[in-house]
Amino acid sequence: MREMVKMVATLTILASVAGGLLATVETTTAERIEQAVLEYVQGPAILSIMEDVSNDPLADRFSLEIDGEERSFFIGKKDGEPKLVAFEGKASGYGGDIGVMVGINIETGEIAGIGITTHSETPGVGSRAESDVRFLTSFVGIPVVEEDNIRIGDDGGDVANIGGATVTARGVCTAVRRVGDAYKNYESEIKTQVEAFAG
Amino acid sequence: MAKTIAQEFKKGLWDEIPPFRLVLGLCPVLAVTTTAENGLGMGLATTFVLVCSNLLVSLLRNNIPPRIRVPCFIIIIATFVIMVELLMQAFAYGLFLNLGIFIPLIVVNCVVLGRAEAFASKNKVLPSLADGLGIGIGFTMSLGVLGAVRESLGTGMISGVEVFGSSFEPFEFMVQAPGAFVALGLLLCIMNIIGKK
Repeated sequence: MREMVKMVATLTILASVAGGLLATVETTTAERIEQAVLEYVQGPAILSIMEDVSNDPLADRFSLEIDGEERSFFIGKKDGEPKLVAFEGKASGYGGDIGVMVGINIETGEIAGIGITTHSETPGVGSRAESDVRFLTSFVGIPVVEEDNIRIGDDGGDVANIGGATVTARGVCTAVRRVGDAYKNYESEIKTQVEAFAG
Repeated sequence: MAKTIAQEFKKGLWDEIPPFRLVLGLCPVLAVTTTAENGLGMGLATTFVLVCSNLLVSLLRNNIPPRIRVPCFIIIIATFVIMVELLMQAFAYGLFLNLGIFIPLIVVNCVVLGRAEAFASKNKVLPSLADGLGIGIGFTMSLGVLGAVRESLGTGMISGVEVFGSSFEPFEFMVQAPGAFVALGLLLCIMNIIGKK
């Protein structure tokens, strides 16, 4: 009986100390991890959309609740004035969710560029969506709220297909349309937040 | 005590160098050594866990009831592994992306549990530290060398620097799974030849 108590006590104490220690490490690193994820996961996509901006889009960001979910928005400035806003949409592709960062020109409401953030598409087939310039640039200039145009050619839209990876291309289109939906429904809130970054 | 602290440290570097002499903990050895950098990163992460867990197990060795020693060791090891994972995400996210699932899997690396059970739980703190550090550095060196061999033969480059000149045609299979076994076998063979002399 005494041995039993000792075993229970040892494990309990050990596990509690371990838990406390890990919680401390977690809270102290949380901010840096968030920064690192931004830099490595969303960063490349954001920077590819906002090549010629004068600010650091990763630093100039705000978050807004969209349909009950906290989302991050990134701002691109030209000549000190905010011109672009980018945020992420998700839709399922061939192998799981595809995350697409969509940059929107605030004045015209047109798509300024898109970039793939996360995906688990087939390497060499669907994964080409990441780098297929013809596919990615075909989104540029389409008004983000025009749902019918944000479809691949076969479905009656303006987007170039990726040969052999139609499911992936459709998935990306859906993700972009969801961004368009969110932009349409929350346009005034987004614009209010963006204006706070002006000047 | 039969061995000095320096001897405990040195044995991990050659006599008991983990992947080659003990032939233990091969899963990460084979999986992550596609480049020298990944190998070294994995090795350093494992070293950190080894040293810390050896230290703690040795400190607590008289307080841990023998019948539940393995669960206790696992809690200690798992704590340090998660710590490494968090720190790596915070300070070396690129490396974390490359190593992926193999960081949490350090928990089940039998080198770490092996040293806790076979050495730290029976020895004083200083020798245990020396043992952990020696085995860890030996493990890191092995992974680094294996990674460098595979990367240089498989891609012709080490960290972006060409090592064999531009006319070199890379053996692409060296950076894939079979290359891991071939490279490990060759290195084992070389080590045995040197060891015999």
